Amino acid sequence: MLIRFENVTKRFGSFIAVDNVSLDIAVGEFFSLLGPSGCGKTTLLRMLAGLETPSAGRILIDGVDMAGVPPNRRPVNMVFQSYAVFPHMTVADNVAYGLKIDRVPRAERDSRVAEALALVKLDDFAHRRPDQLSGGQRQRVALARALVKRPKVLLLDEPLSALDAKLRDAMRGELAAIQREVGVTFVMVTHDQDEALAMASRCALMNRGTLQQVASPGDLYEFPANRFVADFIGTINLFEATLAVDETDHAIVRTPALDAPVYLGHGVTGATGAQVWVGIRPEKITMTPADAPRPAGPAAMPHANRTPGTIMTSAYLGAVTLYDIHTSGGTLIKVTAPNGTRSASPALPAGTQVWLHWEPDAPVMLLA
Amino acid sequence: MTTARGISGGSRAAFWTVFAIPAVWMLAFFVVPLSIIWAYSFGRTLGLTEVVVTGTPDNYARVFDPVYLYIFAKSLVFAGATTAICLIIGFPYALVMTFASTRAKILLLLAIMLPFWTNLLVRTYALMAVMRTEGWVNEAFGVIGLGPFEMLHTNFAVVTGLVYVHLPFIVLPLFSTLDRLDRSLIEASLDLGAGHLRTIFQVVIPVVWPGILSAVLLCFIPALGSYLTPDLLGGPDSQMIASVIERQFKRANDWPFGAALSFMLMYLTLAAMAWRALAERRAAVRDLR
Repeated sequence: MLIRFENVTKRFGSFIAVDNVSLDIAVGEFFSLLGPSGCGKTTLLRMLAGLETPSAGRILIDGVDMAGVPPNRRPVNMVFQSYAVFPHMTVADNVAYGLKIDRVPRAERDSRVAEALALVKLDDFAHRRPDQLSGGQRQRVALARALVKRPKVLLLDEPLSALDAKLRDAMRGELAAIQREVGVTFVMVTHDQDEALAMASRCALMNRGTLQQVASPGDLYEFPANRFVADFIGTINLFEATLAVDETDHAIVRTPALDAPVYLGHGVTGATGAQVWVGIRPEKITMTPADAPRPAGPAAMPHANRTPGTIMTSAYLGAVTLYDIHTSGGTLIKVTAPNGTRSASPALPAGTQVWLHWEPDAPVMLLA
Repeated sequence: MTTARGISGGSRAAFWTVFAIPAVWMLAFFVVPLSIIWAYSFGRTLGLTEVVVTGTPDNYARVFDPVYLYIFAKSLVFAGATTAICLIIGFPYALVMTFASTRAKILLLLAIMLPFWTNLLVRTYALMAVMRTEGWVNEAFGVIGLGPFEMLHTNFAVVTGLVYVHLPFIVLPLFSTLDRLDRSLIEASLDLGAGHLRTIFQVVIPVVWPGILSAVLLCFIPALGSYLTPDLLGGPDSQMIASVIERQFKRANDWPFGAALSFMLMYLTLAAMAWRALAERRAAVRDLR
């Protein structure tokens, strides 16, 4: 393991920012620390950089305990949220700053600076001053300045948050491409789940100082560990339920929110009769008109996984349309319907009676 | 773009209403008296109390008498030394204050402000008690078998006193500049491998340089015009220009020459401010390139 957090806790006075976190990050990963603001993700990153000291626990980089190692002696470099580009130096001087400190000989320094600037496509801006650069260019300077030091780990603190939406999308892909090119381990803090899902090879979702789940973006979305994860990542319809049947190949949960049972095509962990939660993501629900043939449920339980409802509101978003549907069980369910063909009236009007149904592998059962 | 010309009739009336009181004040207590003194500087005394403005440049010519040039030069040296020492003490102090906890910050601020709030005369006499030949500093030296040193009524005493008096003038603006500095610049420097000293000299000082220049001026200008401190702490050879000016208006009863000296001091001050503006302009031009 390249990075290892062992039972790391950080207190600020009586506030516990990071609560007993243990986490391993491997070489070459693009790892993302994700969570709402104040969840402790930035504190965790700053402890890795040496800008904060853990109150308890150990942090190891490449097997070396970082306790007492100041930030300037750690094999990590950081891209700050505000970029922190030195305003009194040219772009090239900013990038060369760390190499001068390391007493890299002039010729090598120049070639490495040129190489780093080429990597972030700032070759033509070497002699500009930071106040002549756009936000996106300044961020590239910060990136080049950190990468030129060839750190074992590159830390990124909300790297895209200060950019406008269009640039953010472009940089997302570019940052991931740069990471693949240089092969350095990236650890990125973000509150933006899209950013984490799009770029990271693995994510740690945090809340109130604790790790909620560490998984690949896909697993985080499709196999959330608890309600917080399910709710934070994307949108989900969550219902309180009771586990009625638990077999090796299927499970059935009943919820007062829906008039039909929910049939899951796999076994679950949980005692029969236990209070659980069942969640279904809006895009995993299919909507059919009420006058069309009634959709059939799973073969083993044809009346499961479907419910009639009435469209309350709709929001046409171009690629998809979002519906809020009032079910006969008295619950509001969010459904997204893809707009697969061009249509003059892409959204069904409010009041339309519809059937909702979903596949046995669409719902997810959560214990907490 | 909005321009000043865009002010409507109603807001123009409001503008003059608000502006009238300070305008009259400035006119009555600043522009008029200063103009009178300025006019006096081109005049000569007639009898005991009368001054006639003749337009003569003689008073200014007298300023260039080596006796007075020497005192001007000396004042510049004293004020310069004071500012340099204030900067050497004040910059680290302001830096520590910036990074101190809220509680320590208040204590450090109080340590600077309490003397500032005390009457200058009281402070100066206190300093005299400290530096007297029989003062407690010399007593302390006596214990370890040194001294006594003649400190009071020397140039050393003057500069010490001036530093003491002017320290708040440099610490406060420096603190306000450093406090606004983006902390992540410092963190980035440390992160890139720099030590604390290198970070201070290669990142902090260059970035806050305009603030340092402002602080230097805020310290230098009042130091240059100091009167009480050199008068009480200095010896016969540590007069500063303000003492000479005072003498012209009082004992020598030569208001025109006093006025000319005053205005020379003012021109020096303005020159210092112009230098500051020029430095700023140069920085702005450099940024544009």
